[in-house]
Amino acid sequence: MLALRIKVNIMAESQLVYEPSKTSEIILYVEKLKVHFPLRRSITDIVKRKPRLYVRAVDGVSFDVKKGEVFALAGESGCGKTTTGKSILKLTPVTNGVIGYLPSEKTLNEVNNIQGIRRLTESGHLDLNSIPEKFFKPFRAEIQMIWQDPFGSLNPRRTIYEILEEPLDIHGVGSSREERYDIIAKMLEAVKLTPPDEFMYRYPHMLSGGQRQRIVIARALILNPKLVVADEPVSMLDVSIRAEILQLMMDLKKKLGLTYIFITHDLALARYIANRIAIMYLGKIVELGEARKVIENPYHPYTKALVEAIPEPDPDRRHIIKELPIKGEVPSPVNVPSGCRFHPRCVVLDQRPELAELCKKKEPPLIEVNQGRYVACWLYANK
Amino acid sequence: MSEKLLEVNGLKTYFYTMKGVVKAVDGVDFLLSKGESLGIAGESGCGKSTLAFSIIRLVPAPGRIVGGKINFMGKNVLELNEEEFRKTIRWKGISMIFQGAMNALNPVYTIGDQIAEILVIHKNYTKKEALEEAGKLLAMVGIDPRRIRSYPHELSGGMKQRVVIAMALALKPPLVIADEPTTALDVVVQAQIMNLLKKLKKELGISIILISHDLSLIAEIADKVAIMYGGKIVEIGSSEHIYLNPKHPYTQGLLGSIPRLKGEIKDLTWIPGVPPDLSNPPPGCRFAPRCKYASEKCNKEPPMIEIEKGHFVSCWLYA
Repeated sequence: MLALRIKVNIMAESQLVYEPSKTSEIILYVEKLKVHFPLRRSITDIVKRKPRLYVRAVDGVSFDVKKGEVFALAGESGCGKTTTGKSILKLTPVTNGVIGYLPSEKTLNEVNNIQGIRRLTESGHLDLNSIPEKFFKPFRAEIQMIWQDPFGSLNPRRTIYEILEEPLDIHGVGSSREERYDIIAKMLEAVKLTPPDEFMYRYPHMLSGGQRQRIVIARALILNPKLVVADEPVSMLDVSIRAEILQLMMDLKKKLGLTYIFITHDLALARYIANRIAIMYLGKIVELGEARKVIENPYHPYTKALVEAIPEPDPDRRHIIKELPIKGEVPSPVNVPSGCRFHPRCVVLDQRPELAELCKKKEPPLIEVNQGRYVACWLYANK
Repeated sequence: MSEKLLEVNGLKTYFYTMKGVVKAVDGVDFLLSKGESLGIAGESGCGKSTLAFSIIRLVPAPGRIVGGKINFMGKNVLELNEEEFRKTIRWKGISMIFQGAMNALNPVYTIGDQIAEILVIHKNYTKKEALEEAGKLLAMVGIDPRRIRSYPHELSGGMKQRVVIAMALALKPPLVIADEPTTALDVVVQAQIMNLLKKLKKELGISIILISHDLSLIAEIADKVAIMYGGKIVEIGSSEHIYLNPKHPYTQGLLGSIPRLKGEIKDLTWIPGVPPDLSNPPPGCRFAPRCKYASEKCNKEPPMIEIEKGHFVSCWLYA
């Protein structure tokens, strides 16, 4: 397996540029993923022959997710973390790049004879982009999403039973009514909504936020997925019940052998549940590594600012005013700054003017600084 | 001791809905000295926003303040009629930073006009003087004064929040109430806004009442912290009391549920159950149904006990 791990030497000194691993341990890898949304041109733009502009939501992202791990994608709003998550589920058109997914034996056999599906590795990773929509159904059962907003993502006119029955119906799980009832009852028990009979025939508005989020989780897990993309699953909930939902998610992960891609803006939370974390800024990963190490000892100037910005329940904090090591505001993803996209906001750059030329002109590669720890910053890369 | 700024006694604000009376604020007492800042924390639906709206007398219908006293600088403001209150207290004495800056600004007026409006109405400034002053206020909150001609949609979320803060400070009131001033903002912007509030507090000597569900955010600014549950304050004390020596099981639960950035990773705890329905609150201690220490006694309302100087808890464990 080790031999398969591909790393590319760029320089004489052995600094490794990040490449996703593609072994059979890797359930999903993303390579140079780009998602660009075209902007509409006005009539004057067309007359003046101005080129079309693009929102570069995701702009060259690579990472891999090991089986059974919790991989966190973190960053501020607009950094592309949700778009990355959605592109894995084919919920947004991908401009460029590869999403390699290792399906179960069953699904692999099902799609084996279909023309045009790209098999990427020996271990059986398939390029999700190459799978036509009509053959994607078995993958939808294996890759599921937990949505952020428990108030907006449940149909208010359906009962909990109907909400949970729909995926079974679509995927033809359970032959009889009784069988489906049992599956739904078991799922409700698994998310600790007991007794299930009491919840099945209620409507979403009759439940609290925490209970609704349990339904969203139940709906995502009812088809026995392998990979779950959880998009800020607790950010809409009160702090006091967040831990309960997270604990439930972690218990279910252990019980059902799940892998999570956890999209979050909350680094403190990520430190508690994620094995590895990728910090995103303006459509790119700026730092990647073991979650605890990245958060407790950040390398990239942006990660440092992000960690500094998090409030802590410490009464001494009110006496000090600590300026954040970051300036300005997030630029628009339509006009991404040249070179390192963080350079207009970087305070380290002010102290190291000799780097200015490089940072403004050339994009830093995501290179390995320590074992398994990658940073995209000219402070750490060989020039 | 320093001068009293605000004293709230037995404040009750009820909503008279079709389904019954919702007792959103049900007997709240606290005292705030000049220049001191208070944080009010609690889960959604605990009445913390209603408390804020009661202090500035903007409780939306069908809500009504039905009892208690609000003494602001020695005057019971509940005895004033609406006209007097509007002329003398609201914005001149107590102003408010509203939740969700995105919706607090009028999209069809420039931000300069919106800030100037306050000065024209309350201080009889001419439009020109008012716009000049608006520019100064913008500079104070860290926005280029030339931005007075911008419309809200031209500003980022953080900048809009700064404008809302500038509006609250336009008349230099001694007390500013900030109701979740940073919800929907990113952490970096949130930290910048908190820094701004801290600076303004120091420079202008104003008192801030910060309302948030996030105890870590409150720690950034509050000298005093009140924990609200089910329309009542269950614990109140100095920041040190609340964060370092929390006594009420609810406060302990809230603090235990916050993930920390440093130190050992202990299992997060949570508070099981859901907050009470305030139209039909449980008898006695309202937290009892969710409390792991609950006993027979808790069927009776617990008294407020001072367990150390300035640290009050309403729980039978200490009575």
